[in-house]
Amino acid sequence: MDLRVKNHPILGKDEREEMVTIEVDGKAVSAYEGEPIAVALLASGRRVLRRTRKRKEPRGVFCAIGQCTDCIMTVNGVPNIRTCVTPVEKRMKVETQEGLGRWKESKRTKRKISSSVDVRR
Amino acid sequence: MAEVDLAIVGAGPAGLGAAIEAARAGARVTVIDENAKPGGQLFKQIHKFFGSEEHRAGTRGIDIGYQLLEECRELDVEVLLNSIAWGMFDDNRALALKTNNETAKLGVKKTILATGAKENPLAFPGWTLPGVLGAGAAQTLVNLHRVLPGKRVLMIGTGNVGLIVSYQLVQAGAEVVAVVDILPEIGGWGVHASKIRRLGVPILTSYTVKEAIGDEEVEGAVIGKVGPDYQIIPGTESELKVDTICIAVGLAPLAELAWSIGCQFAHIPELGGWVPIHNEKMETTVSGVYVAGDVSGIEEASTALEEGRIAGIAAAESLDYLGKGEAEEMIKTRQKSLDSLRQGPFGEKRKMAKEKLRLLSNKQCRTQ
Amino acid sequence: MSGLRSRWFLSKEELIKLPGAPSMKRLGENRRVAVIECAERIPCNPCEAACPHGAIKIGEDITNLPILIEGKCTGCGLCIAACPGLAIYLVNGAFSDSEALISIPYEFLPLPRVGDQVEALDREGKKVCMGKIVEVIESKKFDRTPLVSFTVPKNYALDVTCIRVLG
Repeated sequence: MDLRVKNHPILGKDEREEMVTIEVDGKAVSAYEGEPIAVALLASGRRVLRRTRKRKEPRGVFCAIGQCTDCIMTVNGVPNIRTCVTPVEKRMKVETQEGLGRWKESKRTKRKISSSVDVRR
Repeated sequence: MAEVDLAIVGAGPAGLGAAIEAARAGARVTVIDENAKPGGQLFKQIHKFFGSEEHRAGTRGIDIGYQLLEECRELDVEVLLNSIAWGMFDDNRALALKTNNETAKLGVKKTILATGAKENPLAFPGWTLPGVLGAGAAQTLVNLHRVLPGKRVLMIGTGNVGLIVSYQLVQAGAEVVAVVDILPEIGGWGVHASKIRRLGVPILTSYTVKEAIGDEEVEGAVIGKVGPDYQIIPGTESELKVDTICIAVGLAPLAELAWSIGCQFAHIPELGGWVPIHNEKMETTVSGVYVAGDVSGIEEASTALEEGRIAGIAAAESLDYLGKGEAEEMIKTRQKSLDSLRQGPFGEKRKMAKEKLRLLSNKQCRTQ
Repeated sequence: MSGLRSRWFLSKEELIKLPGAPSMKRLGENRRVAVIECAERIPCNPCEAACPHGAIKIGEDITNLPILIEGKCTGCGLCIAACPGLAIYLVNGAFSDSEALISIPYEFLPLPRVGDQVEALDREGKKVCMGKIVEVIESKKFDRTPLVSFTVPKNYALDVTCIRVLG
């Protein structure tokens, strides 16, 4: 089921050609550099983005403008990233987040990650 | 600390309109937007706008967006993207910003809040399933990001948003299986409904959604006819095979900043709920803080642009970049333009609501 | 227009009473004329501004329903693309002995091609008859609203406002 709109009566043809590869739960996924992570996942056929803490219920995109946080996933080890407004960078590591998510590194590295990983360009 | 004359929060039509007028009068303006790209909702409006020539009627929203940005560029308006304005400090003379994980304070003399609106949710069993999303969200995915939320859609709500997004989903290649509305008549304009009826899209009024079906994501929806008490009449339920359910049940102002600054609000249902009280110059009950666009009451892009202009002119006047008489004349012209957009049976309610706000504003004491 | 608010499309009877509708006499002539299906008072007047012949009148109150001055209408179609509500189309009621020609705004892909057989739909989207594409115009002036013209049997001239492109 191809959800990408390659040709559109008003927007015209999609001129983007080059795709990059990101890693989602260990699997390679093609994406256009700069498009929101959630969009790349949608295009790859994936709508379940995270699971709730207690009952592990599936959640996905709801507002698509970064307001509701239903689309959050762990990106490059950083939890609670709003994938509907965060642009794809090549070789990004995206993981399904269960519940609140957790930092994979120690407190010291945590500070380093938050200043060096610019996930909102 | 960096200092500007005027900070405008939000780079949608209202914010850009305000920036253009204030910068043209000579003020130093910075527009702040949390998104990576400016334009607000304009770049999702691929349809042609209504109104008259001065409102750029007949021009597609996306092109109006480019025109406004070009005007801002020519006037050297600074636009700070990826920046969240999260509070005001120092007697409303400093705006706190978060840009790329760094916090900064921006010194401001006047502030215009043009932060727009958010979509209302609608809770029903299964509404948390992936595949249930706002109609505006679907519009964003399709018109901005060129990806469909799904292939078979149930649209809940027949206001202009529900009707227009239904049309745009068909343009993008989806099938809109049905549009339902709990009221007996459609909420939006007849032309928008006619456009999708002639494509064969069913519009079912006095119908509502009962539940979304699916384990991991939306696989279907149950709708039912409602009685005069708006409850589903047992036995009228039917199951639709859809993979997407869009919720188009209204918008509400995104006014957290105004709340936190201490602006007085009024509850005006016709304008989307809690609205910051403002006068005809778009000034709130907090001196030096203005509002414009959907945050000041849910209307349209064309009214947002006009209100933005008025706020920009008023702010420029209070900064002494425009004389009182000059500003009054300019505001009068823009007000006339606004009035023409609020004419007719659809605009009447909004016009009266805005008048109510103006009267409430005159009753309030301005706070510092 | 109670029919519009409860059925969400106009009936033929309601249409011909509109100030934007041409007379039956004009519809019986072998030339195109605009049909303006604008039935609600909303602030909007780009059709008036778009017409180079002064054939559409709205006036100072921009919520007025547009009046078609059919004597001045040449059927050029500029109003069709200008209408944000896609509420205007052209009808030539006597294109041939047996056919009427209808020109509609069509903002979808794929665009039909000249010669294609299409399904001609009524205002509810129900197929009424088959139509044959005669002309497809894409113009910069139309700003991405192509004008698609097709023939239908004469008696369906006022029933059809949309097409379904096949396969």
